Amino acid sequence: MTVFRFDGSFDGLLTGVFLAYSAKKRPECVVAPGGEMPLFSSDVVDVVTDVSKSERVWNALLRKVSRGAASAMAISFLCEDNAFYTSLFRFICRVFDSAENVESDFSDADLLAILENSRRVKGEAHRVVQFMRFQKAADDTYFGIMEPRYDVMHMAVEHFRDRFSDGKFIIYDRRRDYGYYYDGRRLERMRLSSDRSHMTTGILPDDMADADEQLFQKLWRTYFKYTAIPERINPRKQRQDMPVRFWKYLTEKNGL
Amino acid sequence: MRFGGLKVPYICIVMTESVIERLKILAGAAKYDVSCSSSGTVRRNNGKGVGNTVGGIGVCHSFADDGRCISLLKIMLTNYCIYDCAYCVNRRSNDVPRATLSVSEIVSVTMEFYRRNYIEGLFLSSGVVRNPDYTMERMVRVARDLREVHRFNGYIHLKSIPGASRELVNMAGRYADRMSVNVEIPNEASLKYLAPEKDHKSVFEPMAYIKQGVLENKEDRRRLRHVPRFVPAGQSTQMIVGASPDSDKDILALSSALYSTPTMRRVYYSGYVAVNLYDNRLPALKQPPLVREHRLYQADWLMRFYGFKSGEIADDDNPNLDLEIDPKLGWALRHPELFPIDVNKAEYELILRVPGIGVKSAALIVNARKYRHLTSEHLKKIGVVMKRARYFITCNELASACVADLSPEYVKRQLLSAVKAPASSDARQLQFDF
Ligand code: SF4
Repeated sequence: MTVFRFDGSFDGLLTGVFLAYSAKKRPECVVAPGGEMPLFSSDVVDVVTDVSKSERVWNALLRKVSRGAASAMAISFLCEDNAFYTSLFRFICRVFDSAENVESDFSDADLLAILENSRRVKGEAHRVVQFMRFQKAADDTYFGIMEPRYDVMHMAVEHFRDRFSDGKFIIYDRRRDYGYYYDGRRLERMRLSSDRSHMTTGILPDDMADADEQLFQKLWRTYFKYTAIPERINPRKQRQDMPVRFWKYLTEKNGL
Repeated sequence: MRFGGLKVPYICIVMTESVIERLKILAGAAKYDVSCSSSGTVRRNNGKGVGNTVGGIGVCHSFADDGRCISLLKIMLTNYCIYDCAYCVNRRSNDVPRATLSVSEIVSVTMEFYRRNYIEGLFLSSGVVRNPDYTMERMVRVARDLREVHRFNGYIHLKSIPGASRELVNMAGRYADRMSVNVEIPNEASLKYLAPEKDHKSVFEPMAYIKQGVLENKEDRRRLRHVPRFVPAGQSTQMIVGASPDSDKDILALSSALYSTPTMRRVYYSGYVAVNLYDNRLPALKQPPLVREHRLYQADWLMRFYGFKSGEIADDDNPNLDLEIDPKLGWALRHPELFPIDVNKAEYELILRVPGIGVKSAALIVNARKYRHLTSEHLKKIGVVMKRARYFITCNELASACVADLSPEYVKRQLLSAVKAPASSDARQLQFDF
């Protein structure tokens, strides 16, 4: 059984596709670091990521399918599911093997997996837009922190830049320990030193927060409580639409 | 506060604990108005000011303990009211705590909440103080301050005060994304009986102002591109379900008429919560009729996205929706002669009518069948709920028994034994397994 081992990046996967055609070799399985090697891997090829090759594959892909379909493939890659990489790889090869455009062949299980995973990843990015909570710091920077399941901050940051373009903000992914800082003009990727307490609790300490921050948090919690209709309490639905894994950093839920 | 280098005088009000107390009362007073949606407008931030409005689907920023989406700060300017509507907590004859927020307090809370990403914007309503125009004028001031002083680009929904003048409705429309006038009670006689100060004129007249405003604005914008938009997200309305004897057929017929107005985007249904038990003009419900409300939302959905006519969903023989099964299944069981439908050949519109096939799966089916003959395996992967659909389709493999051969009653029992009762009843988060 032929196995392609790649570095876990999207460029790596696309380099693998390049190799499949240049070396005329089809892997039954592609494996990222941390992924499980199949039991009988007789022929293991290590793919060395090469951006010039991956770009050629990407551009070729754009000539074969619509931009929407290509972007669904790129986004689905972010689902961090090792078993899925083989499906994605196989479908990209099918795109190149077929004379016609196969992007709407919804009876192909690989394609359905791509759509499902891109839906999941986009859903997570949407949840960042929904559930990010900012606290106002004394220097007028709005600070927001979350732990999304997938690496999606870069998909959400444009939304925040558009919305809060007249102010400074930070959005931070604590799980992957990086974020974005916008200073009112430029956006940059950044990393906070992890010895600050608000890095673990998500709560700005009093000496860093704006004087009115506590008041508005209190107002929000009050609003949250009193806008619910007591005759219709429905915790199951609340948890379904706002999963508990987000509550830690939600002002209205982190139980102060 | 700074906006694009310009120092804007921030109306400096001291927010105190008293605001918390009043917010409690006024959020509580506004909570029965169901429409929370912030959809329908795309307004990008143009680099001046704060905020944008995301198009298409609105953003829910939180979910309250009743499971409903919190998208907007839904609040009343005041819950003092000179009217006495039987179904309303805020009616003047009720002895409830009353409060008022000032224009600048509402503006400030909205801005601060918005910047913290708690909300998409404001949904403002009010009890009627002094007279409708006096009240409406204050609501317009909130919207104008947000837009003009604070350059707020987020979402604003204003609930028009019944009986407000055309001038004020027109002014409000310049600042609001959406406006609503609630029908509340579908039948005019019932409305007058329960809300003596209101009649259909006080509801449908402002609706017509909004519609005309939108249409004239479209005309103006065709000629002059920079005319600001008027109520770009259209209007919505609400009907209370279960406070009056109206049937689902009456309700849906009115909804369907309302949707035929070009600017009407959403009709909301609100299961009546018995807030004024002492008033014997109203039924003494122990529980709000949540299942009925849920069925009405499903029916509404069928009219908007599935090409159903209101008369197909409820008619003189079946004036009320079956609470046990969803209205799409109900329709299919009343029409066994139309089935089975061949998924590999039938038109999209027909496929859409199959219980167990939704808008998304129907679109996937008509695309996928160009590549190969679809089997039930494919349908399952596409997301068709086979345990429902199997009674209504054929894909020319092992013929499974169709509703036309079995009896509709048998199919209904089969499906009911497999399905749990719906638990959710929110407009935006319905589970559509059809
Ligand atoms: S006018 Fe509005 S606030 Fe006043 S009693 Fe009627 S429904 Fe309630």
